[in-house]
Amino acid sequence: MINRIDNIIIQTVCRLLVPPIQLFALYVIAHGHYSPGGGFQGGCILGASFILMVMAYDIKEAKRMMSEKLNTILSSVGVMIYAGIGALCLILGANYLDYGILHKIFSVAPAKARALGTLGVEIGVGITVMAVMVSIFLNIASGGEHEQ
Amino acid sequence: MIWQLDLALLIIVVISAIAAITVKDLLSSAILLGVYSFLLCLLWTEMGAVDVAFTEAAVGAGISTAFFIGMIYQTTRRTKD
Repeated sequence: MINRIDNIIIQTVCRLLVPPIQLFALYVIAHGHYSPGGGFQGGCILGASFILMVMAYDIKEAKRMMSEKLNTILSSVGVMIYAGIGALCLILGANYLDYGILHKIFSVAPAKARALGTLGVEIGVGITVMAVMVSIFLNIASGGEHEQ
Repeated sequence: MIWQLDLALLIIVVISAIAAITVKDLLSSAILLGVYSFLLCLLWTEMGAVDVAFTEAAVGAGISTAFFIGMIYQTTRRTKD
């Protein structure tokens, strides 16, 4: 169990570091199809910023910021976004995750629809990876004794 | 690709991997695995696989080191064997 140690230097530095890390994670997710990166890496960085807050404070504080229930809901919502975009392509008559067909409902060019579909899938992957990483860390750090 | 840089990085990677499994202190072992991941990330960047290197830096060096340190809280710091 991680015990709370009130050290003002560690807590202030972590508070200052977390917003740039989260901004960088969002950049990695949103820019994933032009440059190295993507949903998985961005989600990992987003989860790491939360783990940093857990290490600087304690698990109770982490539960106050993001409860176990919210964590489970987020990890399912990400998968739902991913599978939903894939199934939408199936309903419109193309293959699974064939985003080009999405131009029928978004009224943009097929190439633009393909780029937007990739972005949507990566947002879903990022949300799921973030929630699962945080939940793995909380389960390891609390030794499995995890009251709801 | 510069083969001298590749060779030097590869030798340090092997040294840090051997050090990570021989050292008795578990916290040092976790940190040495982080060093190993970062060196592997450098090696992949130098070989041109930037996406793999980014994944290695985010997952191997960042998240899994935090998981190992969280795990050491649950056990003793020194190994028996």
